[in-house]
Amino acid sequence: MNAENVAQPENVAQPENVTQPASAPAGGDVLLKVENLVKYFPVKTGKLIQGTREFVHAVDGVSLEVRRGETLGLVGETGCGKSTVARCVARLYDLTAGRVIFEGDDLSTLSARKMRPYRREIQMIFQDPYGSLNPRRRVGSIIGDPFAIHKIASGADRKRRVQHLMELVGLNPEHFNRFPAEFSGGQRQRIGVARALAFTPKLIICDEPVSALDVSIQAQIINLLADLQSELGLTYIFIAHDLSVVRHVSNSVAVMYLGKVVEQAPVEQLWAHPRHPYTDALLSAVPIPDPERTGQRDRIILVGDVPSPVNPPSGCRFHPRCPKARQACVDTEPELEPRLGDPDAHPAACLFPVADGEDISKSRPTLGAEQRVIETGLVGGS
Amino acid sequence: MLGQQDVCPVCGRNRERVGNVALLDVENLHVSFRTSDGIVRAVRGVSFHVDPGQTLGIVGESGSGKSVATQTIMGLTRGAEVSGRALFDGTDLITMKPEQMQAVRGAKVGMIFQDPLSSLHPFYRVGWQIVEMIRLHDHEMSKQQAHQRAVELLTLVGIPQADRRVDDFPHQFSGGMRQRAMIAMAMALNPALLIADEPTTALDVTVQAQVLQVINRLQQEFGTAVILITHDLGVIADVADDVVVMYGGAVMEQADRLEIFRANHHPYTEGLLMSLPAHGSERKRLRSIPGQPPSPINLPPGCPFAPRCAYVMDRCRKEAPPLAPAGEDTEHLSACWLPRDKATRDGLRRKVLGQALPAGAEA
Repeated sequence: MNAENVAQPENVAQPENVTQPASAPAGGDVLLKVENLVKYFPVKTGKLIQGTREFVHAVDGVSLEVRRGETLGLVGETGCGKSTVARCVARLYDLTAGRVIFEGDDLSTLSARKMRPYRREIQMIFQDPYGSLNPRRRVGSIIGDPFAIHKIASGADRKRRVQHLMELVGLNPEHFNRFPAEFSGGQRQRIGVARALAFTPKLIICDEPVSALDVSIQAQIINLLADLQSELGLTYIFIAHDLSVVRHVSNSVAVMYLGKVVEQAPVEQLWAHPRHPYTDALLSAVPIPDPERTGQRDRIILVGDVPSPVNPPSGCRFHPRCPKARQACVDTEPELEPRLGDPDAHPAACLFPVADGEDISKSRPTLGAEQRVIETGLVGGS
Repeated sequence: MLGQQDVCPVCGRNRERVGNVALLDVENLHVSFRTSDGIVRAVRGVSFHVDPGQTLGIVGESGSGKSVATQTIMGLTRGAEVSGRALFDGTDLITMKPEQMQAVRGAKVGMIFQDPLSSLHPFYRVGWQIVEMIRLHDHEMSKQQAHQRAVELLTLVGIPQADRRVDDFPHQFSGGMRQRAMIAMAMALNPALLIADEPTTALDVTVQAQVLQVINRLQQEFGTAVILITHDLGVIADVADDVVVMYGGAVMEQADRLEIFRANHHPYTEGLLMSLPAHGSERKRLRSIPGQPPSPINLPPGCPFAPRCAYVMDRCRKEAPPLAPAGEDTEHLSACWLPRDKATRDGLRRKVLGQALPAGAEA
């Protein structure tokens, strides 16, 4: 399984971060390392004869690290590529370029067969508890699927294991023979969690696991995930658009915008010192359920919409909407590196980072009007 | 219209208000549907009122009846059994003839729904749909004038280059733009009341902030009253003047915004607020409400929240508590048997919150 020695495809060259040798054992605490992940999806342009194929730049050079037993939050607006990152890590998509290193092994180029042992270690929980369960199969058989696929347990042994899993996630094991329709939304999400836990995986990717649930049920599932993490030592990548949920569950957070990570930091550091204007705007846009505090702050309201990921803006991709944008932002793409003397764990990709206490809600960009024309395009669902 | 009765028969509240008359006054609204599984009692005796220029927030989980209540008022629940009154500007919307209703719906009361993609017709240009809406109610207006008005409206809600975008199809708009187009359409005839049913639920937070800002600006400019239906307590804290908390088809608590967040009386309101992730730095375990909402077909006999309530008493399981003033403030109503003086209620609260927190197990 020492697949990390396989030669790396160099077809899409990425300037930064190509120095580390592929076989360096990850060691230490790092469970998962994503290096310069790139994923493009081809789109039809309608020009059949010229045949210029265009690409949706869904993920464009993302590097991440997840430590064992911790939770990495991934936030950003619809279409920013956060789900694509998750699916590339789980190898549900093939990568266009870049590497996914799990416990020191490079997964990015493994064949489907060689990938199979890793699939037990990396599991996913999906957003829609209605769409992700086959309505015509009984719950026992849905949760037992992983055992069947990997030929681990059968018959009475499988049933015993499935019922143990159901108990673990707070479902009544006697409901083994029920259909998904007989469960509520929160219980269905528990079924999804049970299925992901079948082989006590090391990494669970939670893609908007509580977005479809009501507030009171949402808290139940968040508590369940927290309990399982401490009991089983799980590591999570937690994708959500609800920032207060992300803040509650995560150790560190990566903020994505149009296929790139614009800022990454330990969770409290990010909330206390957002450096990227996009992070600042995103955090200030979250409504606080406290009427006394909502009146006190100035909300940063971004203009326009997320541009099309087919033709992302030049330079910093956020410049068409950024209240601090200047000419340099159009011309140069900022590196993701620590700014304003922040620790190494807190890089931000901005040439004019937000200083502590700075209020950017009154800032105005110093760009010509023609450059601020906001491109709008349809972005896919996340 | 006012002064026939001084006290509301349902909530016992004095209905006489100083200086202004409620724009919409809903009284004892019941809505039920016959289904093959039994009778779904979606709304059970709901009363609320909206004053001109005010924002009423209605919060509740899915199945609490919050959408059905407002849709019934607008005559959009076909096949339902409805009783009660909904006085809008002095006329009862519930007993109104369908032709009369059409003159109210859209013109005097605008509506926005959660999903802007399915509320706009995909085959027709956005501008065309706004023009149709205007000309349906205003027969005097020419096509050109209506088109001009559509451009003005789109500009008003912040669509860039509205004169060009007016001829786009809905699929060429992003989610936020579509919702703004829906707002433009709802505001086209300058309605006195705007009903917004989860207007920002499908949107990203940054876009949500834009849309709420647009609604707020229009409200200040035109003095429109707004009913905002949402499950997001953050949005409520932001924009609502008064708040109605619904559960199991009934109103659990009703008060102005500060009272709901600072001095709530009903355990369900308390539970909703407690189950939100805290905004402080500490990461405690969330205090979820155990169990799940009741089935509207098979409601518990007493208080609908009793099976999940941490304060439940024997009486709650037998008798549904009436919506009555929760203390001296007669505008703050709560449907709960718990003591109504603040000191005793707070004592109980400390006792219940102090003890071991219930596990997240489902009933």
